[in-house]
Amino acid sequence: MSSQPLLSLEHLSAHYVSQQGARVVRAVDDVTLSLNAGGTLGIVGESGSGKTTLALTIMRLLPPAARIVSGRMMFEGENLVDKSDTEMRRVRGKRIAMILQDPMASLNPLFSIGNQVGEPLRVHEGASRAGAWQRAVALLKSVRIASPETRVSQFPHEMSGGMRQRIVGAIGISCEPRLLIADEPTTSLDLTIQAQYLDLLRDLQREHGLALIFITHNLGIVAKMCDQLAVMYAGRVVEQGPVSRIFSTPAHPYTRALLGSIPRMTDNREHLTAIEGQPPDLSALPPGCSFAPRCPMAFARCQVETPPEFAVDEGRTARCWLAAPGADAKAEMMKTSNVA
Amino acid sequence: MTITTPPIAAAAAELPPAAFWRLKGFPLIPVLILLFIAFVAVFADVLAPYDPQVGSLARRFRPPAWQDGGSMAYLLGTDHVGRDVLSRLIFGARVSMIVGITAVLVAGGIGTLLGIVSGYLGGWADQVVMRITDTWLALPALTFAIFLAAIVGPSEFNIILILGLVYWTRYARVIRGEVLSLKQREFVRLAIVAGCSSRVIMWRHILPNVINSAVVLATLMLGVVIVTEASLSFLGVGVPPPKPAWGLMMADGKKGLMVGYWWLTVLPGICIMLMVLSANLLGDWLRVKLDPQLRQL
Amino acid sequence: MKQYIVRRAGYSLLSLFLLSLVIFLFVRVTGDPVSLLVEPGASPEDIENMRRQFGLDRPLWEQYWHFMASLAVGDLGQSFYYRTPVFELYFQRLPNSLLLAAVAMSLSLLIGIPSGILAAVRVDGFWDSAGKIFALLGLSLPSFWVGLVLILFFSVYLGWLPSSGSGSTLHLLMPAFTLGWYFAAAHMRLTRSSMLEVLGSEYIKLARLKGLPEALVIGKHALKNALIPVITLAGINLVVMINVAVVVETVFAWPGIGRLLYEGITFRDFPIVQGVVVIGGAMIVLVNLLVDILYALIDPRIRLES
Repeated sequence: MSSQPLLSLEHLSAHYVSQQGARVVRAVDDVTLSLNAGGTLGIVGESGSGKTTLALTIMRLLPPAARIVSGRMMFEGENLVDKSDTEMRRVRGKRIAMILQDPMASLNPLFSIGNQVGEPLRVHEGASRAGAWQRAVALLKSVRIASPETRVSQFPHEMSGGMRQRIVGAIGISCEPRLLIADEPTTSLDLTIQAQYLDLLRDLQREHGLALIFITHNLGIVAKMCDQLAVMYAGRVVEQGPVSRIFSTPAHPYTRALLGSIPRMTDNREHLTAIEGQPPDLSALPPGCSFAPRCPMAFARCQVETPPEFAVDEGRTARCWLAAPGADAKAEMMKTSNVA
Repeated sequence: MTITTPPIAAAAAELPPAAFWRLKGFPLIPVLILLFIAFVAVFADVLAPYDPQVGSLARRFRPPAWQDGGSMAYLLGTDHVGRDVLSRLIFGARVSMIVGITAVLVAGGIGTLLGIVSGYLGGWADQVVMRITDTWLALPALTFAIFLAAIVGPSEFNIILILGLVYWTRYARVIRGEVLSLKQREFVRLAIVAGCSSRVIMWRHILPNVINSAVVLATLMLGVVIVTEASLSFLGVGVPPPKPAWGLMMADGKKGLMVGYWWLTVLPGICIMLMVLSANLLGDWLRVKLDPQLRQL
Repeated sequence: MKQYIVRRAGYSLLSLFLLSLVIFLFVRVTGDPVSLLVEPGASPEDIENMRRQFGLDRPLWEQYWHFMASLAVGDLGQSFYYRTPVFELYFQRLPNSLLLAAVAMSLSLLIGIPSGILAAVRVDGFWDSAGKIFALLGLSLPSFWVGLVLILFFSVYLGWLPSSGSGSTLHLLMPAFTLGWYFAAAHMRLTRSSMLEVLGSEYIKLARLKGLPEALVIGKHALKNALIPVITLAGINLVVMINVAVVVETVFAWPGIGRLLYEGITFRDFPIVQGVVVIGGAMIVLVNLLVDILYALIDPRIRLES
């Protein structure tokens, strides 16, 4: 494995600009992330935190009102920001694949499964119709769909939710991409199917040497599947690093609040803790740290200056003044800690 | 799967908000045009230079003033029996306005009433009204109107009645939909719980809330009604001669068309188009203004 | 699928029944039906005879029964003027109207669909704005005015095309264009909005994520889905066209159903008028049924609906 990460986002920003230029929504702001080949990164945040926009930015499929304003996206040594539309089209589906949240809506109701699964093969690898059809059968088998030979000529509405999600997964891996981005892949699935599906994804990852990015608001999935984690808030990455360490000692108050709000079996608490307040309006961000209005540990500096990302320890950063080099940081956190 | 929106209205809805006829979104030019036509209609007696129904065969087929053979005496020319085109256009505006507005009111009245009754009371009343509307909508309006006109004979009054009878179903459908959703609202439920009779509820609570939709729909239907009336007059089953209806003028004008007497057909058509277009642009603005929820109209 | 067809057919049957009832009631109940059903210029004795013959002195429901009975065998009375059964007259003229409608429909789809697609793909671009204006004009200019203006230009001023009658392709051009004009605008609008809706759906997003070329995304994935409502509307509009062609056929003296209706009105030949309306209405109901069945064939989702 080379030492160069597979994907490296450096100070990436993508903004939506309204027609008259009056409102700017900083959907993705100064994001720096990296992922090694075969690794699994989880991106976590509330709705509106910018996680899906980030994924679309990587795929260069932002709606016309949005654009990348700064930063680089290095994938296998190439900057995706500089690529032309035609070049990007050859990347999508072939080298980086993405699966969406709602599998029913993602599949075209008028075309057969085989047609849709084989399509990337025909486009990217020039497969013949018959060849693509056969490979579609094989792909269905690899995502553990029973009797793939019959399923392949059926239509999306004839499949169950779990099957559809697998089919979408099959489409994703059809051209053997290096990176698969999964946007809330289990949200529309039953709990019982979720576990099966996640196992499938992990097996596929191992078999094909895939790197995975999981976009989710479900920390349980992150704990099970990911080795790296990035927490997003209001378009910015507020904390990132290895999952186990973040879970045991979160460095950012938001992460702490997120973890604290998960009810645990061993708890004796009477109330569920929620994070007070609402996520900010991305077109009118407050000055300073965007989490400050809701942060139980905010102090004067937080309201005024936006914190940069500070290294907390090896491979971990947090965007918080409390993480600034200075001895009191940990002490401050300990003092105000009242959550197990 | 029947399409109930007058397609003109929906088309108007897609035009950009800042267009040349609008001032801050308000459809200035269309409203001015409509007011102008209304003004002309009301003061036709004073404005028209000649009696629209009297002509002299010695002066037939005079072209408009700016062409050879035309004169300022007959600004827009004369028709096949020597009547002044300008005067006929002016009085035609009166006919169009009267027929158009009254027919829309009749259709709107019947349709709103039945829409409220069928929507609110539900049950068999609803079923009956719905089946009737479906049947009505199976026939194209024009064919149906011709059929009715053939039965009762053409006259201005009859035409208004016929148009009202043909178009009420558009209203009924839409209003019924509105009523169905209104029924779920709190204030209606409160009235029911308070023991108000159905009649009182329909009159006091439901009706005022559907007036908005009815007004918007009325404006939108005005254009359709006028085109239908013009078509009927053109075919000879609309407003009967010698009354000057724009459609009728065009039918007469056809006689002179082959020899190039263009003003008899083109000019009335332009009048119709202006009125229809203005009504639709106005209706579209009203629809957004009165209730953004009416977007699906 | 079979259940779906049976259900739809039953519904159509009900509509046909109601249609005939409505027509019957209007004729019998408003005004004096005798004056309509009897030739102008008949003597009082003839009128009395007619009254008995038509059973107008019988109770209403009995009259209705006779009416339905004759409808069932296709007896719509006889034209005063032509002295032939209305049914025969109608189907004699029908091919002409079908020809006109078919050409007009093709024109309207040829113009409407591509411009609708272009308008949707380049939303708010030049083509979109041009399309919107065309749509608005198309829908607010009365068709007979368009026809008359066309005659003015192409027959009177330029002398290229014949202004009336039928018999050659040249005769067909202007009437077909006039008839198709309104519908072209309607089809363009529907294609555009349907396309826009489809373009916003998730499977289009996924198609792009798969790295498919834009031409394939639009031409394969979007188009088939977007065209469903358009084809539906076009099918129904074909029959509507035949019925509303009365004005266009009158302007161009095209010998179709519309012109037949015009003759019926002008010559006070009521059996023709009634016949055209009855058959016309029935045709629309039937076409609606056919289109719904076709819909089921195209869209696999409906096929399995139980």
